[in-house]
Amino acid sequence: MQASSVEIRKVNKFYGPFHALKDVDLNILPGKVTCLIGPSGSGKSTLLRCVNFLEEYDSGEVRIDGQLIGYDAPGKKMSGRKLREMRRSIGMVFQQFNLWPHMTALENVAEGLIRVRGLPKAEAQERASAALTKVGLADKMQNHPSRLSGGQQQRVAIARAIAMEPRLMLFDEPTSALDPELVGEVLNVMKTLASEGMTMVVVTHEMGFAAHVADQVAFMEKGELVGCDTPSRILHQPDDPRIQSFLRTYHERNSF
Amino acid sequence: MDFSIFQQYGPALLKGFANTILCWALGTVLGMALGLVIALIQRYAPRPVRWIVQAYIEIIRGTPFLVQLFVLYYGGPLIGLRLDALPAGLLGLTIYGSPYFAEIFRSGFRAVPHGQIEAARAIGMTEMTIVRRILLPLGLVSALPALINFSIILTKETVILSIITVPELMYQVNRMSTETFRYLEANLVLALFFWVLVETISRVGRRLETRITKHLIERT
Ligand SMILES: Nc1ncnc2c1ncn2[C@@H]1O[C@H](COP(=O)(O)OP(=O)(O)O)[C@@H](O)[C@H]1O
Ligand SMILES: [Mg+2]
Repeated sequence: MQASSVEIRKVNKFYGPFHALKDVDLNILPGKVTCLIGPSGSGKSTLLRCVNFLEEYDSGEVRIDGQLIGYDAPGKKMSGRKLREMRRSIGMVFQQFNLWPHMTALENVAEGLIRVRGLPKAEAQERASAALTKVGLADKMQNHPSRLSGGQQQRVAIARAIAMEPRLMLFDEPTSALDPELVGEVLNVMKTLASEGMTMVVVTHEMGFAAHVADQVAFMEKGELVGCDTPSRILHQPDDPRIQSFLRTYHERNSF
Repeated sequence: MDFSIFQQYGPALLKGFANTILCWALGTVLGMALGLVIALIQRYAPRPVRWIVQAYIEIIRGTPFLVQLFVLYYGGPLIGLRLDALPAGLLGLTIYGSPYFAEIFRSGFRAVPHGQIEAARAIGMTEMTIVRRILLPLGLVSALPALINFSIILTKETVILSIITVPELMYQVNRMSTETFRYLEANLVLALFFWVLVETISRVGRRLETRITKHLIERT
């Protein structure tokens, strides 16, 4: 597997008059894990979704392995076909899992292989079952999402993404919708992926994961990327008062 | 009350009932198909096309079915559309039902969580595939109860077809009443036939619903 790099340069995004991303710069090296943290509403999801162009940024550049995503040139939209081509190698995992409820776990994972990669059904199912086995769900393949726990559903969603053999994985608060006792099983799958050298961008409130797994942690507030550094520099010796105050609130909420 | 006249009129009434079922079934299927096309146009077509379709919806919903039938059956020949009563009735039912079905499909589509469509986009599916594999199956499921409900309402609209001489049940009942003056008996039979039809549709509909939504209901 070849891992992608991502370069984000001076990205701006507006929702009407609201300035949601302000000149955001961020460098993501191949095979590295970047955690995006910050208060709710600070623009973390928006930035993450700009990387696979689910959200259209208004100015600046997002480059995957040097190739601009979403635009052929500034102001000139990329064709749907080219965009889909680029998205094939970018996996995304959502807070709400977003599995397709009318398909079994196996069908959820095989769907993209059949419809997007054009694999024959038998081969797609073989690969899908390998991906599900990898996330520890070999015995749940025939279950529909409604018959799976939240943690299991999120692991199916991860399997759906990795079955496509992406070079980059985006996670938007993958454990925020889970009961606390189910968070661990999802984080473990993510740790395995990280150890295999996948490039990962993870929006998360799991500071433990950020501290132990991330290669760099980026902190966002009010649409600005305030700082990006090693986990220990951001989480243990932050210079910026905004980061300090965020972490103080976090520690207060999590102490008892 | 005297039901002996049914020996004479029974066959005609049964044939009328068969025509009622035919008109209802075809009118419903075709109306649904047209409604589905309209709903997809409303969702994906460029704005001018949507405006035209919106105008069609307003006109059809804003006029009584009877008036639409008269225009079609008696006005049609003026523009070269000469139809027999039965095909005219079928076409009329199809047109009349289509905007309601379109509205039902539209809200069915809107009930599909946007995230599930984004998940499909994120792995690189084309919009066509998303419609076929995600939006349609899930949208149809959420539209199902309303679809069945409106189909039941449509059974009763078929009686209006008698006015343009479609030989369906109401038409036969009217003929029998005027020939024998047995208004009460004839209309009781009409009511009975409709009760059987509506009851059957709703039973089949309920079964269909439980079968289709079996996997979609969260086990708690
Ligand atoms: N589709 C939208 N329309 C208008 N405002 C939006 C939209 N999506 C997000 N926003 C706003 O942009 C800001 C950043 O949102 P988001 O990226 O979701 O924050 P985070 O993920 O950090 O919680 C929020 O203030 C939010 O209200
Ligand atoms: Mg968010």
